[in-house]
Amino acid sequence: MSYLKSLVRTPWFWGAVGIVLLLALNTFKDPNYLAIGVNPTTGLLSGNILDILRVSAPIIMIALGMTFVIATSGIDLSVGSVMAVGGAVAMETLSTLNAPASPGAMFAAIALAVLLGAVLGAVNGFLVAVIGLQPFISTLVMMLAGRGIARVITGGQNTNATNAPFRELANGQVLGLPLSFVLAIVIVVLIALVMRRTALGLMIESIGINPQASRMAGIRPRPILITVYTLSAALAAIGGLFTVSEVMTVDVSGTGYQMELDAILAVVIGGTSLAGGKFSILGSTIGALLIATLNKTVIFLGVSSAATPAFKAIVIIVLVLLQSERIREMLLGRRSRRDMTIPPVTNPATRTEEAVA
Amino acid sequence: MTDPTPLAEVRNVSITFPGVKALDDVSFRLLPGEVHALMGENGAGKSTLIKALTGVYRIDSGAILVGGAQQHFTSTASAQAAGISTVYQEVNLCTNLSIGENVMLGHEVRGWAGINWRRTHAEARRVLGGMGLGHLDPRAPLSSISIALQQLVAISRAMVTESKVLILDEPTSSLDAQEVATLFDVIRRLRDSGVAILFVSHFLDQIYAISDRITVLRNGQFVGEYLTTELDRTQLISKMIGKDLESLRALGSNRQVAERDRTAVPVMSADNIGRKGALAPTDIDIHRGEVVGFAGLLGSGRTELARLLFGADRADTGTVRVDGKKVVIASPRAGLAKGIAYATENRRDDGIIGDLSIRENIMLAVQAQRGWLKRVPAREVDRLVATYMERFSVRPNDPDRPIRLLSGGNQQKVLLGRWLATEPELLLLDEPTRGIDVGTKADIQETVAELAEGGMSVVFISSELEEVVRLSERIVILKDREKVGEVVNGPDVTAESIVSIIAGTSEGESA
Amino acid sequence: MTALAPSRPTLRGNWERNQSLLPTLAAVALFIGMLVYAELAYGRVFHAGTMSSLLVSFAPTIILAVGMTIVILSGGIDLSVGAVVAFTSVSGVMLMNAGVNGWLAIVLMIVFGGLFGLVAGILIQYFTVQPFIATLAMMFLARGLASMLSTVPVHAPDDAPIRLIATDWKIIDGPKVNDLVLTPGFVLAVFVVIAAFVYLHRTRAGRTVYAIGGAESSAQLMGLPVARTRVSIYVISGALAGLAAVIYTAEVGGKAQNVTGIGWELDAIAAVVIGGTLLTGGVGYVLGSVVGSLVLAALWMIITKDGSIKPEFLTIITGSILLVFVLLQRVITRRRVE
Repeated sequence: MSYLKSLVRTPWFWGAVGIVLLLALNTFKDPNYLAIGVNPTTGLLSGNILDILRVSAPIIMIALGMTFVIATSGIDLSVGSVMAVGGAVAMETLSTLNAPASPGAMFAAIALAVLLGAVLGAVNGFLVAVIGLQPFISTLVMMLAGRGIARVITGGQNTNATNAPFRELANGQVLGLPLSFVLAIVIVVLIALVMRRTALGLMIESIGINPQASRMAGIRPRPILITVYTLSAALAAIGGLFTVSEVMTVDVSGTGYQMELDAILAVVIGGTSLAGGKFSILGSTIGALLIATLNKTVIFLGVSSAATPAFKAIVIIVLVLLQSERIREMLLGRRSRRDMTIPPVTNPATRTEEAVA
Repeated sequence: MTDPTPLAEVRNVSITFPGVKALDDVSFRLLPGEVHALMGENGAGKSTLIKALTGVYRIDSGAILVGGAQQHFTSTASAQAAGISTVYQEVNLCTNLSIGENVMLGHEVRGWAGINWRRTHAEARRVLGGMGLGHLDPRAPLSSISIALQQLVAISRAMVTESKVLILDEPTSSLDAQEVATLFDVIRRLRDSGVAILFVSHFLDQIYAISDRITVLRNGQFVGEYLTTELDRTQLISKMIGKDLESLRALGSNRQVAERDRTAVPVMSADNIGRKGALAPTDIDIHRGEVVGFAGLLGSGRTELARLLFGADRADTGTVRVDGKKVVIASPRAGLAKGIAYATENRRDDGIIGDLSIRENIMLAVQAQRGWLKRVPAREVDRLVATYMERFSVRPNDPDRPIRLLSGGNQQKVLLGRWLATEPELLLLDEPTRGIDVGTKADIQETVAELAEGGMSVVFISSELEEVVRLSERIVILKDREKVGEVVNGPDVTAESIVSIIAGTSEGESA
Repeated sequence: MTALAPSRPTLRGNWERNQSLLPTLAAVALFIGMLVYAELAYGRVFHAGTMSSLLVSFAPTIILAVGMTIVILSGGIDLSVGAVVAFTSVSGVMLMNAGVNGWLAIVLMIVFGGLFGLVAGILIQYFTVQPFIATLAMMFLARGLASMLSTVPVHAPDDAPIRLIATDWKIIDGPKVNDLVLTPGFVLAVFVVIAAFVYLHRTRAGRTVYAIGGAESSAQLMGLPVARTRVSIYVISGALAGLAAVIYTAEVGGKAQNVTGIGWELDAIAAVVIGGTLLTGGVGYVLGSVVGSLVLAALWMIITKDGSIKPEFLTIITGSILLVFVLLQRVITRRRVE
């Protein structure tokens, strides 16, 4: 019984519930929704579930990167644009190399895309950690610049390319599961291991919860902040690779457009607080899956997909309110706050009321 | 002779926070035309009382009266409307605005076309003139004048609203002697015009120079109200710390005067170390295995000195040597690398990492030393955690519990474990026994003695003089942000003698 | 150390007072420099026709910049203005097409904008949501709602009053096309600038905005109406976005679509920053933001006249300029602190 209670209290539990509900909704409309079949031409498995997994791969990547940035009390608004940059670099490289069957070309494209993404992320990190710009303005500028950079790389065109191995990323399968999804999960696992097997995850959380105390304990915030933004952009570039691999074309205006919304929503659903602090990689991953399911459900049910951004925005607002101390006070009916001037504190480290002398 | 009606009165007011009663049935009155000093140590309740009077805190019980009428403050604006003005330690003005605007903010002179700046600045000039500041140009930016003058500008605001009560909370912390004299002239002028002034400060000399009446609070309770002329410094201090003269004299030191080889290279030696606004340049030596106590009242500079030694703040002047070698310690990380650890005074703000577990809080500094890549092995972490949780009897005995759920005392114990885990050569403890139960207090004091015997140098900072006297081999005495004395502990050193040095009444005090 | 400042304004006092004007003056110099360059490179810049069409087409930007100035002065930000323009223009036009009175529809556009601002303001003030998160969410919400209403352009009826706002008023009839032509929309923009100036410099509420941006805790302790003021500035920003939508929709002949206004918040922020308002709040002038908008206008003119710079560079250039100015602000404020 207490196991059930703790399960209900884990943040991502409700994300998982959401996924189940959406799938149930779809199955209600079409009892064969969950069916897995075999595609006669390619010999690969096909089915709605597999579609969801496939489109979830890029979202999982940007959600993962956004998790750590938000954990440090920051934000990365440029992930959508960096996805476009990653896709643009890949397509341009492949189309220039013009080696339709070469795995070497694929690796070159991947390497360059991730490298450029990392550079852009490092710039963000430098602006935030060393110069001291607020994260939202720094990444907002990068969001703007990123689109421009993507356009410059492709000369304004929506470059397409042919490369069989690269195409496999989104269209291939491993053990029946889409390759991009499998790769995404592998990356998630690897990064989760790095975060928890080294002290990096701990330090990120520490900085997000109480930067002052962390500094007094000997942690240096700068390198960690730079790492976090670099990682976010590199992962966004990989997400871009997954996206363009599906159709082997990059859309310099459309690729990654408004995906930062998805990333933030996934992280918030997954239980990481926007105020920073403890993060949940599993939560963000489930959040990403929920968003992928939601996107597909909207299309499947015939609802105009134009409605989803508005719906997502409302969900973010509701979740942010739930995280707000004020709402918690109102809901729990706590005694009226002592201090009438300062709005309630949202930093968990200072949740115990100060006893001022 | 009966006293005139109080301009403001606090009757049987109590304010309780979770876990602590900050004000316990306190009554207090402010008479017109008087400077009334409010005195008390840490945890006394001064700040809470002021916040209740200024509309920041809601009171749980009791009443606040202004001019005889009961008030129910709902905001700072309502307190101001009732005639109470407050000037805080940090100048609470807007440095991005002009002097005149700061004076008149919220009360600018308006005409049919909105704010009339010419008339507003003229009014500001008039008010400033009444404060002896008529030479200031109201249109100049606030940032162009010194903090001292900004403080006076903040006080001028009270004149705009024609306040009857002026509360000054630590107004002289950043002022030099000349600026304090200017401030006091202004205060006297206001007092003579009938304003009731509540003056909060820990600078004893100033209290005796300016105040007519003194109220002492201790542990949230009212101790007494005295005329300044009828209370001497030693009596005042003993009322503040809660020990009468006799028992102060009795609290002798039990320590044997240790044989200390003063020619050995000190673990840490600081020459002329200081920081503008925080601490006047000071010399200090700390030897291996020595327990040095920093004694002084609140705000005397003890924490500031510790922070400079650790690297939490950067020194403006002076050189520091560790084991004889000159070093520059510019960050806590550097301090830890040099074998120095600092347990901060305010565990909530820069001590605990609230959402992290006890285990993570204990091993955090050790981990930070090793860097992010090399995780401290689980076995070592378990050993460390078990050692310190047992040594200090941390309750509840669950290393995975988030530290913010622990009581203050247990949090303090966990933090102590964090610093000891780094095996420092010099451990700076800032108020380590504040908010801790009696049993654990003794335990911590024992630990300090043990550590020193094992060769660790310890700096022990505490407001409780008897603690400092009991534990230290040598006591550094600070007052008003500078070192005023240093005594080697011995049978003739008592809490009372320390108090006299602080009060400045003892002969043989070193300046 | 006893700085008893002399009574007459010192050179130092004057210098410090005017230091906050420096960036604005620099922006003015930049603007003039760009115009001169354009004149020399492409000709026909100092030309009533060119100038007036530039001013008229940038009227919406100026209005957005004014609203953004007020918000940024308080230490906040409003990322939703572009999306609010899209929503209000689409919904307004659709209301007109549905038979609602043309003038009422215009008023409603402004009201809708104000409503978005109200929600953002409440989230920020009473629920301590950070401004960029709250307005980011509003941005996605407004954009999403606009797309829900229509993904294809909608057109206002030919006789809709809104078109009147774009009527050309020939002020000066010069030779050939060298006429000084202004529109009611431009005049509205001028009114907005004047009203904002009065608000910020002649009302207590406006001074409260500066106080909040300078030191919010001080403003609280001084008894200023912080909560009320903060919510109102976000309402103002939203309402001005609605007004900008009205003018823009009129300018483009009554056409509205959900992709309008993408990136406009960036332009507004850039205009504000270039004009000398500190992103951290407390310092700045609305007139400076007008200059900033003009700098952007000049930039746009140079790029269009010089066919060689491709449109995709525009976003990079705007972003770079914004970044440069933000960095400059940071360097200057750091030096001032030391």
